Amino acid sequence: MDERGAHGDGPGVDGPGVDAVAAVFREERGLLLAALTRRFGDLDLAEEVTAEAIEAALVHWPVDGVPPRPGAWLMTTARRKAVDRLRRDQAYAARLAILQVEADRAGPVPAADADGGLPDERLQLFFTCAHPALAAEDHTALTLRCLAGLTTPEVARAFLVPTATMAKRIVRAKKKIREARIPFRVPGPDELPARLPGVLQVVYSIFTEGYAASSGPRLQRLDLAEEAIRLARILRALLPDEREVAGLLALMLLVHARRDARVTPQDHLVLLQDQDRGKWDRPMIEEGRVLVLAALTGGPAGRYGVQAAIAALHDEAADVPTTDWPQVVALYDVLMTLAPSPVVALNRAVAVAMRDGPAAGLALLDDLADEPRLRSYHPYPMARADLLGRLGRWPEAAAAYREALESAGTEPERAHLRRRLDAIEHGG
Amino acid sequence: MKYLLLINSGAVDDNGGAAECTVADWQAYDEEVRGAGIWVSGESLADLVTATTVRVGPDGARTVTDGPFAETREVLGGFYVIDVPDLDVALDWAARCPGARGSGSVVVRPIADFGG
Repeated sequence: MDERGAHGDGPGVDGPGVDAVAAVFREERGLLLAALTRRFGDLDLAEEVTAEAIEAALVHWPVDGVPPRPGAWLMTTARRKAVDRLRRDQAYAARLAILQVEADRAGPVPAADADGGLPDERLQLFFTCAHPALAAEDHTALTLRCLAGLTTPEVARAFLVPTATMAKRIVRAKKKIREARIPFRVPGPDELPARLPGVLQVVYSIFTEGYAASSGPRLQRLDLAEEAIRLARILRALLPDEREVAGLLALMLLVHARRDARVTPQDHLVLLQDQDRGKWDRPMIEEGRVLVLAALTGGPAGRYGVQAAIAALHDEAADVPTTDWPQVVALYDVLMTLAPSPVVALNRAVAVAMRDGPAAGLALLDDLADEPRLRSYHPYPMARADLLGRLGRWPEAAAAYREALESAGTEPERAHLRRRLDAIEHGG
Repeated sequence: MKYLLLINSGAVDDNGGAAECTVADWQAYDEEVRGAGIWVSGESLADLVTATTVRVGPDGARTVTDGPFAETREVLGGFYVIDVPDLDVALDWAARCPGARGSGSVVVRPIADFGG
């Protein structure tokens, strides 16, 4: 078949910029990779020919214009390159053919969707990347690589590790997928409740790393937070009936909406109580609120839906004092039954302090003093320092700020804590 | 695709059997594996006290020692080799194995394919 046949005389004959072409690829890459992995049963081959198809597009499109159906063009090109590769390497082809026969034993191949387009196979890829037989770090790395379309150096930057280290990790994980034959499939209805939380956890961990980087010079890494939201949007489209998917997307949107108010231009941390709420992203909050409703109706609430509802209460309030704290506490009570953890207990204690006063909150925080998981978790001494300060117990507040300084991960957080400590010690 | 299920028993009772399952459990599982048409091979191993270790040194000298004995918590008690389509199916069979219960565990290892 002739490549030019698929080009057409679309707009953009002047030649789109490389950036515009790159944007198309980011959207198409995961779709292509998933469809090709399903078609040929091999993630490596799929990645290789996806990359080659994109290279071909980078050569042709700036000259000939972006074809009317860029995705179909890329798919045709990638498929042809895969067939060429298999013709050249008969042994490889024979191995894949055996794989395919055996995979078909496991379940039927889904038909193309109604409008004749490619079925969206990204859901299978999500479950493969987050397979419990792979390590948690592999889940995140593979998801960023295969579904968010990040390059290996970009994934390495996301993890703050050298590219060579990340390349090794990804190669090792793909080797396990291939050689242990981790299947490319969506778990059946009976397995889905056990497997979906793993996929959601991957997306949420990408987000939390973006929202509150665990280390590094900057407080927020918005690129990662936005990747996570993009991934959740894909999941939401693929699993429209899963309320926890709606809940996770809602939670991330409702938190991400505050990104511009959360740091100063100098990258100083601004606490919720001091944020300029005029800088909050209202359309994003609105989108999140609609999703919270979807997450909380039609069945028992899940942990992401409840966390999203808490975030929505903050986003809806005009300021901290008029926030619906009784409702926030009630939601934390629900969250403690769904996903109990010392961190949830800590957040609940802070909400109780807002509802019933600092002494009540401090008593709950002191109950958590022996929790090993809070020992080097700086929000714990930070919350204690804040409540002790409100009670006028300055020496104890200063000691708690010093404790927080020892475990705070990013420079803006440490700077914030030093300013608070300074204010106490010098009466500023 | 062939997978080896390595059955490790954790706590072992006085008779050397895994504490958490009965002979009837094992018989039922063995019948299921054979009935499903996935059985390639499988054995249960005699008591660890009957084990003997052989090593051959660089000079070709053979060293034979009694044991090893159960110094580690997990003791290989038996294995199956099954032929199933993918890892998920292998993990399902491992999860159904009586040896996976309680303090026991089943390690699933794909059998290497050298394209033969």
